[in-house]
Amino acid sequence: MNIPFLKTDALPFCKGCGHDLIAKNTTKALEKLGFNPLDVIMVTDIGCHGIIDKCLNTHTIHGLHGRSSALGAGVTFGTEEPGKKVIVFIGDGGSTIGLQHLMEASRLNLNMTVVVHDNFLYGMTGGQTSGLTPHGFNTTTSREGNPFSGYDICALAHTAGASYVSRVMGIGDISDKLAVAFSTRGFSLVEVLEICPSYGMKLNPRRKLSEIAQSAGKEMGEWLNNRKPFIAHQGRKTDNLLEKVNPIAPSFKSYLKKTTSMILSGSAGEGVQLAASILAKAAMRSGLSITQKGSYPVTVGVGFSTAELNLSPEEVHFHGIAVPDMAVITSSDGLAHNKQRIAKMQGGYLFIDQSLEVPPTGAEVIRHDFRGMGARNASIFSVFFMALKTGIISTECLFLTIEAEGMGEKLPVAKIKEALVK
Amino acid sequence: MQEKTKGNRVLIDGSRLMIEALARAGADAFIGYPITPANLLYQYGSQRMKLMLPAPDEITTLQWMSGLSATGKLPVTATSFPGFALMVESINMAYMMELPMVIILVQRLGPATGTATCGAQGDLLLLRGMISGGHPIPVLATADFNDCWDLAAKAADIAQNLRTPVVLLTSKEEVMTQKSFDLSTLGVIQPSTRKLFNLEGEYKSYKPTDFVPDFLPVTQSNHQVRLNASTHDLTGILQHSNEESMGNTRKLEEKIVQRMKSHGYYTLDEQKDARKLIVAYGITSSAAIDATEMLRKNHEKVSLLIPKTMIPTPDFYLELMMKYERVVIAEENINQQFGSLLFGQHIPANIAFVGSLGKMISPREIMEEVTR
Repeated sequence: MNIPFLKTDALPFCKGCGHDLIAKNTTKALEKLGFNPLDVIMVTDIGCHGIIDKCLNTHTIHGLHGRSSALGAGVTFGTEEPGKKVIVFIGDGGSTIGLQHLMEASRLNLNMTVVVHDNFLYGMTGGQTSGLTPHGFNTTTSREGNPFSGYDICALAHTAGASYVSRVMGIGDISDKLAVAFSTRGFSLVEVLEICPSYGMKLNPRRKLSEIAQSAGKEMGEWLNNRKPFIAHQGRKTDNLLEKVNPIAPSFKSYLKKTTSMILSGSAGEGVQLAASILAKAAMRSGLSITQKGSYPVTVGVGFSTAELNLSPEEVHFHGIAVPDMAVITSSDGLAHNKQRIAKMQGGYLFIDQSLEVPPTGAEVIRHDFRGMGARNASIFSVFFMALKTGIISTECLFLTIEAEGMGEKLPVAKIKEALVK
Repeated sequence: MQEKTKGNRVLIDGSRLMIEALARAGADAFIGYPITPANLLYQYGSQRMKLMLPAPDEITTLQWMSGLSATGKLPVTATSFPGFALMVESINMAYMMELPMVIILVQRLGPATGTATCGAQGDLLLLRGMISGGHPIPVLATADFNDCWDLAAKAADIAQNLRTPVVLLTSKEEVMTQKSFDLSTLGVIQPSTRKLFNLEGEYKSYKPTDFVPDFLPVTQSNHQVRLNASTHDLTGILQHSNEESMGNTRKLEEKIVQRMKSHGYYTLDEQKDARKLIVAYGITSSAAIDATEMLRKNHEKVSLLIPKTMIPTPDFYLELMMKYERVVIAEENINQQFGSLLFGQHIPANIAFVGSLGKMISPREIMEEVTR
């Protein structure tokens, strides 16, 4: 025996409400199309229409105000089984609070149908003006007529890319019109016009639905886009993220006996983070533990770029650097960003480009022409220079790391070697 | 089985470990919306998950996740406070509907958009009060890279087994800073599963077994599934406040409180005869480890507790603190969020606080408070 879609014909709506007509014509359309109730997932919004759930033999999901079309979209993304139908019931109020969701479902052309129960106002909360209320229509919050015009929800969905959009008058048998939407491949939206008997009829006596629609410019019709529906690729190729990370085995030795903190800083786009990465990996290649943190303004392409590193023969837990043991500064941006920390240094080294004014510091200052290698290479060269002067990492290890990282062509290895000899 | 690679030491960040762990634990979809400092998680999610969808905003993110979860998928997202704030209503919905999912919350400096590139630990009290009615949502806080692996997997496991959204709490420095790390320390992760209804007879979407209702996806055709964000009875039908529906709402609380008792994760490093206890979670735990080590080198006896299950708070934390003469709680905020979570507004005099705004707490600051 076929299970009916509706448990009862006595639906829980006010007498004369269009929601009753929509619910019955929806189930009639689904029956005509040969769906079984449990092949249909009905997603309902907050609003009078949403209380239809208990009368349905379909799967039902009753969500938040305005979010049902996004919730239905989520179901659509996860539905791999053929022959399923996702239908969203939403009101005119819900369709504007969730307008982005409707536009997104239209843009992606998701395989689902949204039925907008447009009775021109918020019925459940007391008849307030909604975003679809026509100009001049009376509501409890616009007693002398809505001073604004309403959205054309059909035009919006059509423009955003929905396969099928239609507007129908909520009178008589609309099951065939709904069936067209339900059988559409891709996103379909049907705006059904109705008048709320509790507020709309009382506040707008003697006005007929057809006249309201006409005066609002709500033209009945269908609007089509010839587009393929979006099908989520559930089984796309994925990467094992750990296989993407190259292990670094120690092949050099370091004399470092305790944790050494270091700041590399220059200007954005001058390879500071890359230089820090080469130094970090060379340190690991030297058997050290490291931490590497990047700092830059929110707009990453301008201003300073700072890398903070801790190099240690033991595991590093806390990686913050209040006052570094060493600072390597290659530009005025980098200097400005780290002036305070450099001022607090009571020892260690400050390597600084010779074009910059040396700030107050207790560190031993070593000036050199890093930018002479070119702005983009100043940072990597400063790392080599620092390594040569301090012996913290061998320059041989740094060169090997550049090769191992496949950066031999990108970085001026020969020029650096030549400059180091000088 | 340990993670096999050519060698085991790599330069890596916590985001990569979290996403790989979640994927191995059964997460099959990542819904993304960009926000600093959670963007690495989004990038890795797009590479690793079988389904990746770019959402147009964070409300949509949570709604898509909920829809996916209703079909049996385990979705994941990552965000920071501004995005999380937009998700709150929808997380309530998923909590009410009992839909599994994992939300990685990367804390940054607030209020509002604050400083996007500055870490913080300022969202704990928000998490404790985010479910209307005050019901607890499971929150696990990572303290190191091994937690990024283990707790991510446990978050997936809790989400599936308890049918609930789970928040994996972390912060900017934990997911963006690169560190040398030995992959061979990572354990094997078993895929998590949801308990499915497989008995003949009537199915009620919210009829619990040991507090958790059996799951059926809305894509099957054997039994009717009803999911509901509003107060509902055991079948999932909206109710005002009858006995059955109130029982169901009570059960939401009891489910988390009772079933999370077996998920009380923490690290305790107790020193014999110590009368002082350091407590730190998340990013501050690394400073606390160093502080503990240095204090002991200075012959100061001190114990260390690193809580990882933050909500619901295991009773053990309070029981432990009561044993010590002096407790120093360190966290990167200025209003004692964890202390307030444990003690309310009247924090006992023997509970000291080390806080910070806009910078990491250093080991020295903790040491100074302990020896004060």
